[in-house]
Amino acid sequence: MSTVTNTIFSPELAARFDHLVTIYPVKRSALVPMLLYAQDEIGYVSDAAVSEIAVRIGINDLEVRNVLSYYSMLRTKPAGKYNVQVCTNISCMLRGGYGILDHCKKTLGIGHKETTADGTFSLEEVECIGACCWAPAMQVNYDFHDGLTPEKVDVVLQQYRDGQGKDVK
Amino acid sequence: MPTLVSHPDEVKIVSRRFGQGAADIEKYIELDGYKAVQLAISQGAEMSNWIINTMKASGLRGRGGAGFPTGMKWSFVPKVSEKPKYVLVNGDESEPGTCKDHVIFLHDPHSVIEGTMIAGLAIGSKLGFIYLRGEYRYLLKQVEKAVADAYAKGFLGKNIFGSGIDFDIITQTGAGAYEVGEESALMESLEGKRGVPRIKPPFPAVVGLYGGPTVINNAETIANAPHILLMGGEAYAKLGTERNGGTRLFGISGHVERPGVYELPMGYSLRKAIYEVAGGIKDGKKLKAVVPGGSSCPVLTADEIDVGLDFDQMGKAGTMLGSGGIVVLDETVSIVEFAMRVISFYQHESCGWCIPCREGTDWIKKTLTRVYNGGGSKKDVDNVQYLAENMMGRTFCPLGDAAAMPTLGFVKKFRKEFEDYIEGHKAGTPLITVEQLVGAGH
Amino acid sequence: MADVTLIVDGKQITAPAGTLLIEACKSAGIEIPAFCYYPGLSLQAACRMCVVRIEKQPKLATACTTTIAEGMVVQTETPEIAQARKATLQLLLGNHPLDCPVCDAGGECELQDMTFKYGAAESFYAEPKNHREEQKWSPVVYFDRPRCILCYRCVRMCGEGMDVFALGIQNRGSSAVIAPNVPAQLSPDDLAHVDCEQCGMCIDACPVGALTSGTYRYKTRPWEMNHVATVCTHCGDGCKTTLGVRSTSDGSEIVRGDNRDKSGINNDFLCNKGRYAFDFANHEDRITQPLVRQANGELKPVSWEIALDHVGKKLRELRDTRGGKSIGVIGGNRLTNEEAYLLQKFARTVLHTNNIDHHRTADYVAFAQSLAGHGERTASLHDTLKAPAVLIVGGDPTVQSPATAWNLRTNVRLNRAKLYIANAAEIKLRRQAKAFLQLAPFGYNALAAYLAGDEAAALSATSDTAALSSFRDAVKAEENLLILIGSELRGAELKKLIDFGLTIPGAKFALLSDYVNSRGAADMGLLPDMLPGYTPVGATSPMATEYAGPNALGLDMLEMFDSADRGNLSALYVVGANPVARYSIDPATLKNTFVVVQEMFLTETAALADVVLPAANLYEKAGSVTNSYGDLQQVSKAGDRAGVRTDFEMIVRVADKIGANMQSLVPFGKGLRADMGQTRGVQSGEADRHAVWLTANNMEPRLSPFDSFAILDEIQRLVPGYNILRLQLLSGNDQHLSPAATPLVQISNRRDLVVPANDTLFTSGTLGRYSTMLCDLQQNEILRASNLTQIQTAAD
Ligand SMILES: Cc1cc2nc3c(=O)[nH]c(=O)nc-3n(C[C@H](O)[C@H](O)[C@H](O)COP(=O)(O)O)c2cc1C
Ligand code: SF4
Ligand code: FES
Repeated sequence: MSTVTNTIFSPELAARFDHLVTIYPVKRSALVPMLLYAQDEIGYVSDAAVSEIAVRIGINDLEVRNVLSYYSMLRTKPAGKYNVQVCTNISCMLRGGYGILDHCKKTLGIGHKETTADGTFSLEEVECIGACCWAPAMQVNYDFHDGLTPEKVDVVLQQYRDGQGKDVK
Repeated sequence: MPTLVSHPDEVKIVSRRFGQGAADIEKYIELDGYKAVQLAISQGAEMSNWIINTMKASGLRGRGGAGFPTGMKWSFVPKVSEKPKYVLVNGDESEPGTCKDHVIFLHDPHSVIEGTMIAGLAIGSKLGFIYLRGEYRYLLKQVEKAVADAYAKGFLGKNIFGSGIDFDIITQTGAGAYEVGEESALMESLEGKRGVPRIKPPFPAVVGLYGGPTVINNAETIANAPHILLMGGEAYAKLGTERNGGTRLFGISGHVERPGVYELPMGYSLRKAIYEVAGGIKDGKKLKAVVPGGSSCPVLTADEIDVGLDFDQMGKAGTMLGSGGIVVLDETVSIVEFAMRVISFYQHESCGWCIPCREGTDWIKKTLTRVYNGGGSKKDVDNVQYLAENMMGRTFCPLGDAAAMPTLGFVKKFRKEFEDYIEGHKAGTPLITVEQLVGAGH
Repeated sequence: MADVTLIVDGKQITAPAGTLLIEACKSAGIEIPAFCYYPGLSLQAACRMCVVRIEKQPKLATACTTTIAEGMVVQTETPEIAQARKATLQLLLGNHPLDCPVCDAGGECELQDMTFKYGAAESFYAEPKNHREEQKWSPVVYFDRPRCILCYRCVRMCGEGMDVFALGIQNRGSSAVIAPNVPAQLSPDDLAHVDCEQCGMCIDACPVGALTSGTYRYKTRPWEMNHVATVCTHCGDGCKTTLGVRSTSDGSEIVRGDNRDKSGINNDFLCNKGRYAFDFANHEDRITQPLVRQANGELKPVSWEIALDHVGKKLRELRDTRGGKSIGVIGGNRLTNEEAYLLQKFARTVLHTNNIDHHRTADYVAFAQSLAGHGERTASLHDTLKAPAVLIVGGDPTVQSPATAWNLRTNVRLNRAKLYIANAAEIKLRRQAKAFLQLAPFGYNALAAYLAGDEAAALSATSDTAALSSFRDAVKAEENLLILIGSELRGAELKKLIDFGLTIPGAKFALLSDYVNSRGAADMGLLPDMLPGYTPVGATSPMATEYAGPNALGLDMLEMFDSADRGNLSALYVVGANPVARYSIDPATLKNTFVVVQEMFLTETAALADVVLPAANLYEKAGSVTNSYGDLQQVSKAGDRAGVRTDFEMIVRVADKIGANMQSLVPFGKGLRADMGQTRGVQSGEADRHAVWLTANNMEPRLSPFDSFAILDEIQRLVPGYNILRLQLLSGNDQHLSPAATPLVQISNRRDLVVPANDTLFTSGTLGRYSTMLCDLQQNEILRASNLTQIQTAAD
């Protein structure tokens, strides 16, 4: 049972949140992870999620928004089911990162921070994701794909389309 | 999945267990895992001093970028404190060109756990945090599992290894912010706040996480601790150069034949690292420049690479060892384009707290983007230099410097290329192929 | 703390250890520029304007975060530093709209001043600036994002200073922005708003024109106004407010209220009423001509001469035919001390009645009597900022006396003062309290009894008796405790609490009331049973010897209306009060009474009057007022309205028309009063004591009966405790007075008749209804509340 009645989250996540606020020396330490996990479940951080998390932590909504808007992985609008994040930072750029981004734009038919009509994919150009030595690289949701070529991107995207892609959460 | 590389010149200490399945706790134990922490505990009353002295003797300097001597850092923590003390592992790895902690968390997560315990024993802390950047979710799961396994074995929790000491570890995730890698910003983030750095002094060793004395170290630094205790501080120190003990992980990326993360002794030649270890410049092209330690380090030109890879030699060469991310640029790269991409990263990642960094990165980015898009004038190069010079040393935290230093390096060492570019003589093959450049994340 | 010596710009300076360099320099006359630094709020080091060169430090250091150290050598204005500041300004101006000509802050802008000083005017960016539309966050707070320099002063002011936390910082880097707590997407009008106390402190703190005031925006330029420092008319704290005044065709109009020089009793603070609610003065419903009721029942404008004649003649006739005892006088809580004093003197000596009262909002009679002989135990508002421990019983300072609440929060934050609160409601200040005791709904009297030693009262005070006893123990263990008492405690119970407090070493007391001069009204004897200074009517006292008033106690407020109801009140003279609304008087009650009302508006009371005399308000007159604490301050004339007169002038004129001896009412001029007191002796009752006193105090007689200083002189001479220091008063400083009641008098069973105003942050008695801004803010609150319920229902 969640400590919050009428939780908007799944019972599992609510239980996880109940636990999360107890493990730190101060409750508020759970804030950033909670926002991220809430987003993983809902697809974005909704106003309702903001309010419930504020209650769980014991701070006001504004404080949650202050924090939420700081972190670039957190979003307040839905993205596609699979969020394709292409790194174009220096190491990737040197090995064709922009080509990969262009390729994604073309094959998915969407631009930066846009979502395909069917809601399957969204695309984002991101900063360095820590895969520099295996560049160019991208993440689909939390899964890494490196040593990319346009052909490899097609294979990866097809896997997701087919529901075969790894969805790390 | 990151591929592992290898080269005969490597000296494998922290990477010793890579590729051997050491993420599994049984395998880790088999490969001398959790021996160092037990050795420390067996020192009895002398444990704390012994750990700190061994670390000092090892000459280990922080692998997060600044290269602060680790043993000394640990010794700054007051022995007695009213508030609890903490160990904080910085796994926020976000400096462009850097992916070494990635490999540690992937191949040897228990070494980070054991290192955290050792740091805890050294300073008298009962709680450690391992903070990973939000993008490293799959690694976080791996680390969470490792922590759970260690608890299951009774290695973590109450009375660790019969020492009478309790030690706990909490794993934590970020959510996308380079600035959170800065130690005090990381503490803010861990306290559930915006990742804005804190005023220093007081320094973390005195007032850190939750106001308690805190040791914060890079994941690689921490992962080295068990190895150092087992092999002895002096033996570790001898692997490197004077005042730069041991080995470190170098991520060599960009235009090389065999990019990868290699463990090389401190002081190893940069030229050899590029031409021998990483197999030389890709496709037989010529070297143009090297960013030697992550994107914030001033660039070295092709004829400046005869320098040893340690903190002091790199400093003398006018750049930095930084986070060990060596990014190699071949002759086809346009420095204007490259500089623009570097500054747009810092512009995107500035936390916005102080004026020089927030506005400075923004104006340099805007100016260089315009230059890149073909609308530059000669005065722009002066303006960029003026802006960078006026950011240097004037910002609240080192991110401003991290943006200003490479910018100054580019415009000073490649001024002619900027001027030629502005006049329409564009060198290099464009890397940025998107039509209208906005920059990541915008 | 020990002193530290350092060298700044070659000059040796000394300051207490622990002082910030920026403050140490300031006290030595060296001004270091700073945008983000704000004294008393948390440190930021974000603007980097305060950079200085400290010897042996590798980088420029921020003076706002550096604590001084012995032997430190500092440079504050070298070319290197000037360049750093100039570069910072250039960066700021890069995105700044440079709309100074239309900006409210133009002429009062720290960014403008700095740019002027460091010459960072040239712009070398080719890129367009980030433009954003201005946002209306509330009726009084507007935000112009492009002008914002992100100093975070507003955020800290709102959170740390006000404990409201309505402002935050969102996004990061160059997209970082100050954001209010009601985001656009949760707002019915799709615009962002603030849900807050609307104090406007964020506007005050803003160094530029990013936050502007709804009442002042685009009205005028700072240099086109005269700035008059006076006292806010709204609550019992009596904050200094500076009114910006502009000439108009029919007088001078107040266009702005703010806390310009922060030199007042309120230090940094001003609440929304002090800042915005001056606009009643400009309200279109103002009465600007005397009105006299005609035979047909209508109120008709007449000339002053006709109106005053009528009033004078009528009052004289009624006094002479039906006796002074048939006349009632009601004064207001926003009159100056001089007016209140004059009014009761007029009533007692000219109308020959003690039927005098005012709307009492706290029992100052019992307060004064309980503290008789303990003059040093009365607290000043300043004490709320310094006392090491504070007990608050009753009241809700956050809404009733916001400056008190501000001081208490500041005291807790900066000095770790210990706050003990006993209240039946969960008042907001409990968030700063060390201990909060939740009382039973009417548990105040029981609490007083319990504190006084009656253990049996515990259960009536609160259900949590364990908390009660530890609360008492904690309070008892304090020293130099400041005890703030709300209007809930009166009479004998108030005395019990004070008696308990008197057992605590160094304890001081204050009784909180509403309106700017409730305390003054009581001190000045607008009471049926007390002459000024709590001198009982009928008792022998130096004051009584000078008053030829009746000896019998007068009727109090309710008795007067009862009397009117019975047809026994021949006349009622009301000055700046609205008793008909306040006490829900049936209009028919007054049908046989000749009613004269001095008012600004046709209030419920004025509407029943036979004569309405158009009155000036507190912002349109000079004099003095005394706040709840007994701090006396000078009121200065800011606004002016053709057609209206001050209550002081009107009383004098009415008295004249009645045929009173003007010189004994208002001691002015030499003439008959030139007797120096030597011939007949001061005890004879005939001697001109006033002239003697003036001479003894090296003062000249006043020349005009309209000079309120003449009455101030008499107040000082006659009212116990009103030992006014003229220099303090005239230089705009406050001074603490402790009127000492005669210890002889016991608290009788007199009715206290206290009716709290129950004002909120957005109301101010009858007057508040005529403030458009307060009405807007109330409307704003209602909208917000209904909206919240909507959102909550939607979420269920
Ligand atoms: C802007 C900025 C970003 C940083 N990012 C990281 C990082 O991602 N990982 C890291 O270990 N250290 C980072 N650092 C360095 C840390 O502040 C700190 O020095 C380090 O964690 C200390 O560990 P070490 O002594 O083991 O190097 C960063 C510093 C700055 C100024
Ligand atoms: S930050 Fe600003 S105000 Fe502040 S003083 Fe310092 S730097 Fe300053
Ligand atoms: S630069 Fe692309 S992953 Fe590092």
